[in-house]
Amino acid sequence: MATAVHKVTPQDAGASPPPEAVVVRFAGDSGDGMQLTGGQFTLSTALTGNDLATFPDFPAEIRAPQGTLFGVSAFQINFGSTAIETAGDAPDVLIAMNPAALKVNVEALKPGGLIIADEGEFSDRNLAKAKYDANPLEDDSLARWQLMKLNISQLTLDAVKPFGLGNKEALRCKNMWTLGLALWMFDRDRQPIIDWLKAKFARAPELAEANIAALNAGHAYGETAELGGQVGQMSVPAAAVEAGLYRTVTGAESISMGLVAGAQLARLPMFFGGYPITPASAILHHLSRLKEFGVTTFQAEDEIAAVAAAIGSSYAGQLGVTSSSGPGIALKTEAIGLAIMTELPLVVVNSQRGGPSTGLPTKTEQSDLYQAVYGRNGDAPMPVIAARSAADCFDVAIEACRIATQYMTPVMLLTDGYIANAAEPWKVPDMSTYEAFPVQFLEEAPEGGFQPYARNDRLARPWVKPGTPGLLHRIGGIEKKAGSGNIDYSPENHQAMTDLRARKVAGISVPDQAIEIGEAGGKLAVVGWGSTFGPITQAVRRARKRGLDVSHIHIRHIWPLPANLGELLKSYDQVLVPEMNTGQLKTLLRDQYLIDARSLNKVSGQPFRIAEIEDAIGAALA
Amino acid sequence: MNEMTPVKTTLKDWESDQEVRWCPGCGDYAVLKAVQRTMPDLGVARENTVFISGIGCSSRFPYYMETYGFHTIHGRAPAVATGVKLANPDLDVWIITGDGDALSIGGNHMMHLLRRNLNTQILLFNNEIYGLTKGQYSPTSRVGTRSPSTPFGSVDSPASPCAFALGSGARFVARGIDVHKNLPDVLKAAHAHQGAAFVEIFQNCIVYNDDVFAPFTAKPNAAANQLWLTHGEPMLFDKGSKGIALDIASLSLKVVDVADRDWKSAGVLVHDRTNRTMAHMLVEMTDGPVALGVLYDDPRPTFDSAVIEQNRAVSEGKKPDLQKLVSQGQTWQVTKQPHEM
Repeated sequence: MATAVHKVTPQDAGASPPPEAVVVRFAGDSGDGMQLTGGQFTLSTALTGNDLATFPDFPAEIRAPQGTLFGVSAFQINFGSTAIETAGDAPDVLIAMNPAALKVNVEALKPGGLIIADEGEFSDRNLAKAKYDANPLEDDSLARWQLMKLNISQLTLDAVKPFGLGNKEALRCKNMWTLGLALWMFDRDRQPIIDWLKAKFARAPELAEANIAALNAGHAYGETAELGGQVGQMSVPAAAVEAGLYRTVTGAESISMGLVAGAQLARLPMFFGGYPITPASAILHHLSRLKEFGVTTFQAEDEIAAVAAAIGSSYAGQLGVTSSSGPGIALKTEAIGLAIMTELPLVVVNSQRGGPSTGLPTKTEQSDLYQAVYGRNGDAPMPVIAARSAADCFDVAIEACRIATQYMTPVMLLTDGYIANAAEPWKVPDMSTYEAFPVQFLEEAPEGGFQPYARNDRLARPWVKPGTPGLLHRIGGIEKKAGSGNIDYSPENHQAMTDLRARKVAGISVPDQAIEIGEAGGKLAVVGWGSTFGPITQAVRRARKRGLDVSHIHIRHIWPLPANLGELLKSYDQVLVPEMNTGQLKTLLRDQYLIDARSLNKVSGQPFRIAEIEDAIGAALA
Repeated sequence: MNEMTPVKTTLKDWESDQEVRWCPGCGDYAVLKAVQRTMPDLGVARENTVFISGIGCSSRFPYYMETYGFHTIHGRAPAVATGVKLANPDLDVWIITGDGDALSIGGNHMMHLLRRNLNTQILLFNNEIYGLTKGQYSPTSRVGTRSPSTPFGSVDSPASPCAFALGSGARFVARGIDVHKNLPDVLKAAHAHQGAAFVEIFQNCIVYNDDVFAPFTAKPNAAANQLWLTHGEPMLFDKGSKGIALDIASLSLKVVDVADRDWKSAGVLVHDRTNRTMAHMLVEMTDGPVALGVLYDDPRPTFDSAVIEQNRAVSEGKKPDLQKLVSQGQTWQVTKQPHEM
């Protein structure tokens, strides 16, 4: 990770007065249960009423060799009393379970930040694996930070001794000990985690008790041990948020529920074809448990079969959905063309990750925008929409279902690895406020006869379910004659049908582009899409506090673009597009509007830090 | 498929208004006619019948059937059919494919459809050549096939469609010949089978691979080289003068002479369509006649019925409540009013 230019002094990172926001990173071996610890900390934080955002960062290997640098798994959470939109820049607290976790993560820690290290794991062997010549806990190399050395391994073993577990099993409780300490530090309630442990280990009560004992021991340690004076309890006041019922949600959960809701609003059963791929698989897992909503899930033999079966289900009258990540979407591309040609509804979810090829399977990127908008053979227009956050995924998924069924077209929904895995609080929506968009299948030939490629006022063709008497017809990937749908290769027909397909997609009703922060017109617009929403919002807010004339515009409808977007962008002197790619939305905006949009790129597999965007704003307006 | 009252139709009812565009003399015409002739005998409704194809000459087939039809993309018909059948198991789904479509680009999907046992009929038109792309050798072409892409003869070994099907777990495997009068009976048996019914049809490509099957399909060669199988009957051919027996030493099938119709003393085997081992030996038989008709038919529960049943069972007693869905998990109430940050 690049070294950041920090504007935070050690004093700012201290415990008094109560900080507005605190960033904690848990880091350990991929077998140490760091994602679990982080997830439970997230839950307890949400229950306290803090706003929060998380950033899980784990290796691609399922179980990389123990203690190695590439096996480090980390989980970062930012929580606070102001609205939180990112997982935070630099952590205030780093919990390092071994030397490798310390080495990989310590440079990101704020100057003056707190390191809690499990010295029991700083053996010569582990130090060597982490490529440390000397024990950093014993020399001055960590002097920039506050260091708290604890033998967490031994403390955990002592805590779980009464339960008679083997050494290996006992050490597995380390993460709960650590979590207990973290809960004490931030004045969190242990009860929800105790409840969760009891439910999780219902079949092995001794494991539940051991984990609870470790959790309590960590908490008690914080309470009773004589810790260094500066390390006290930090109480982060609850954030001011809209009144209502809240829960935490990850992007994968939110998309799954949004797809179910979309199908229900369309009054259709849903068919989901998927093939395991990181980080998209979670959607298949969630949906496979929701059969009572008329959801059929199909784990196909490959990505192509997953999309082809989804198309088959749409042809038979269900809402076909498939999901993948970049390489899998590439495999589905030919079939998506078939859905475009046969004008069948289909929702394609792309949880983007670093590419090309296998790229960075567990890291985030936004580099599939070209693929979504342009990446097919032939002139093959397709609507594309993007989710900006885990909570936003719900509404975007419903919107994808609406467009697919109302316009008889495949729709690409772009999310990314960061959104898919990150958890954030979500105000539970009131489902009665969502307007249904029931699908009308054609069941009888209209006056003048049945035409499979007739058009309604949205230019959509009729949807006829096989099994309907009197409307027998054939469809396929060969060019169709306008109206009858019969095979027709004639030059004038192909021109007419190509134009028609483009017009249909261009005519999709898309809301006008709103401004997130700022004014219509001015010196600088920062234009984003997808998961850069959080850091852009924070950066623009900070820049405006400094008196800079900058506005934030965030695009949901990538294709077709909102009708007012061109004029809106032309009302600013400059347009800056921060993207986790090398400038794909920038190219699209330049192409569509002939404006001098400039790029701010980051393709390190990590989300933008607020400071990076803030600096770019400052540079543009200098 | 649910049992339904037979629907009365005629051959004409199954002909679409589209002009059939195969080369004159193509075996596909005969297969089309055989299918159209078989449909009235099945007593099924046209609107519940769906023909799904991939890409290739044979895959134009759905356009010519007055049913629902979907001409998909190369190799993917089994995958599309899987979605159709899971979305509506009451539809009677026929998959039309060729040797390149089913065993080369689409081999993966074919294997998985067969092992899952999706309740469909698969008609594989095997002409041992790529016709639509003008005559390249195919995965079933014999070694030494000269084609535009193999001017010096092909060097790779061919796949055996029926051996592939059995190896993939198929529960029904049959063979027919495009112009043979028995083809409708083979189709009827395939339709009667609940599950994936795999039918290899030897189909003559008159332009790029003419007479490649003549050694056993041509009139003068037929009797001595076609073994038509009937369940419960001895495996006899060449007017009863020859039969199929087990060669114990090599654990394979061999041809034996039958004198005076006394097949029993000649050791001729009786065909048992539920005997998987025998089916394997029949498709692996290299010296002797070509086994035709229903080689294997032993139904097992289908994939579609299992999926529908599990969906039903786990949904039982659960109300689809969206509000409950979005409100689940650990929640907390925020009561205070929002204020400016």
